[in-house]
Amino acid sequence: MMRTSFAALIIASCILMRAFVKPSPLHTLEMDTLLTSEGDSQRTQYPYVTGTSVIGIKYKDGILMAADMGGSYGSTIRYKSVERIKQVGKHSLIGASGEISDFQEILKYLDELILHDNMWDDGNSLGPKEVHSYLTRVMYNRRNKFDPLWNSLVIGGVKNGHKYLGSVSMIGVNFEDDHIATGFGNHLARPLLREEWREDLSFEEGVKLLEKCMRNLLYRDRSAVNKIQIAKITEEGLTVSQPYSLKTFWIFSAFQNPTVGAEGSW
Amino acid sequence: MFRNQYDTDVTTWSPAGRLFQVEYAMEAVKQGSAAIGLRSKTHVVLACVNKANSELSSHQRKIFKVDDHIGVAIAGLTADGRVLSRYMRSECINYGYTYESPLPVGRLVVQLADKAQVCTQRSWKRPYGVGLLVAGLDESGAHLYYNCPSGNYFEYQAFAIGSRSQAAKTYLERKFEKFPESSRDDLVKDALFAIRETLQGEKLTSTVCTVAVIGVGEVFNILDQKTVQSLINEFEISGEEAPTNESAAEQSGGDAGGAAPDQGGAAAEEEAAPMDI
Repeated sequence: MMRTSFAALIIASCILMRAFVKPSPLHTLEMDTLLTSEGDSQRTQYPYVTGTSVIGIKYKDGILMAADMGGSYGSTIRYKSVERIKQVGKHSLIGASGEISDFQEILKYLDELILHDNMWDDGNSLGPKEVHSYLTRVMYNRRNKFDPLWNSLVIGGVKNGHKYLGSVSMIGVNFEDDHIATGFGNHLARPLLREEWREDLSFEEGVKLLEKCMRNLLYRDRSAVNKIQIAKITEEGLTVSQPYSLKTFWIFSAFQNPTVGAEGSW
Repeated sequence: MFRNQYDTDVTTWSPAGRLFQVEYAMEAVKQGSAAIGLRSKTHVVLACVNKANSELSSHQRKIFKVDDHIGVAIAGLTADGRVLSRYMRSECINYGYTYESPLPVGRLVVQLADKAQVCTQRSWKRPYGVGLLVAGLDESGAHLYYNCPSGNYFEYQAFAIGSRSQAAKTYLERKFEKFPESSRDDLVKDALFAIRETLQGEKLTSTVCTVAVIGVGEVFNILDQKTVQSLINEFEISGEEAPTNESAAEQSGGDAGGAAPDQGGAAAEEEAAPMDI
């Protein structure tokens, strides 16, 4: 009984997808209650306020992570000071793309986790690997209940000299790598990283590489905003930079006198 | 004087402020056969005396692997010990599943202690009648803990529990200062010596004892009988004095006499108990 109604829900959403190219915040709830018989109140069916890509790389001394500070409401760039990279305990950083309110929920879970970890007061502490594994379990369990936390997360950190960088998606897909990106970053940033990333990047080289990726995203991702933060975590500790803007370059020869050679255009 | 009046329930205090049922539970630990543990900075060794009830039966298992990095030796009601080992294994596996990381021993020990405490404060329960020597490795090194039926736990450099454990403790007290820097093999040797002390003159063979080791680079494993017997032979301690000059010459007279005929029978006795696993 449950399965057929879930199947009906999925088929119905596909039909809706065709009718509306992308679910927008103006999609009303009535349309869905017509299709589901249960009074499902708590499901995140589509995101409202979203953050775009997060990029993370390992470098010589630890992890560098970059994200812009935009929170889009569909096609409107509504919020421009959203911190999408946060500290988790002594050893880890988390960056999130996707639904901002779900990210805030995740931060509450992590806060409780770290609190209990500290309450043991026994010299042991949760490192980035443990946080990553824990979040994988959380995301996957929510996915199984058809009530996902609509985020793609990047977790990075250093513990006892070991650098760790991993990601979890909203359906619980998780992996570890030397460089990680979410969303559009997968398509626009990772090719750059595959070419130019090295094990022994210095801090300055790492930041330059990340800025190159973020600039590319700024040009090509419509939900990107030109206000970014770069966070660094090493064995010694963590710093999140103040927000700053990237220089952009529009002096391309094709943009000078763009209409020359095109009869009748202005 | 008032022991019989206030010892019916675990939830009844005596006028002197004691819980007799809990103390009786600790007695049960003292009646069980001996178990000892000792540790260095990088390794922990557990050993116990395993006597079969009769020649026809197998002996009870008193050492359990809880995870790759944690093991436990028990003394007292082995059934209670088995149940607690299952709990420990369950906790380790759940933690490993969620965090992909080994459960720190210290935390497992506290969870065990809290579980034991619950049984001292419910009228429909009874305390666990088993003492546990928990050996484990975590970020901060090698650890050995002792969990009481009372719900207390202590960390030790070396400890012995069960019947005639005082003899082992005396030996360990003499030697414990050099344990932190001991090598793995020296630790095993000291464990076997300590077990021999509790046997009070009986011959030490691999059929009466079990030894387990855990250390950096070595997952928790129970040494098999052949290995233990060859270690015993190697260290020449089956019935003889330890090579390091021990001034306390307990049992030296009796042992020297029994040594010669024992050597001949040593090999044959390995096959003595038919149900040895």
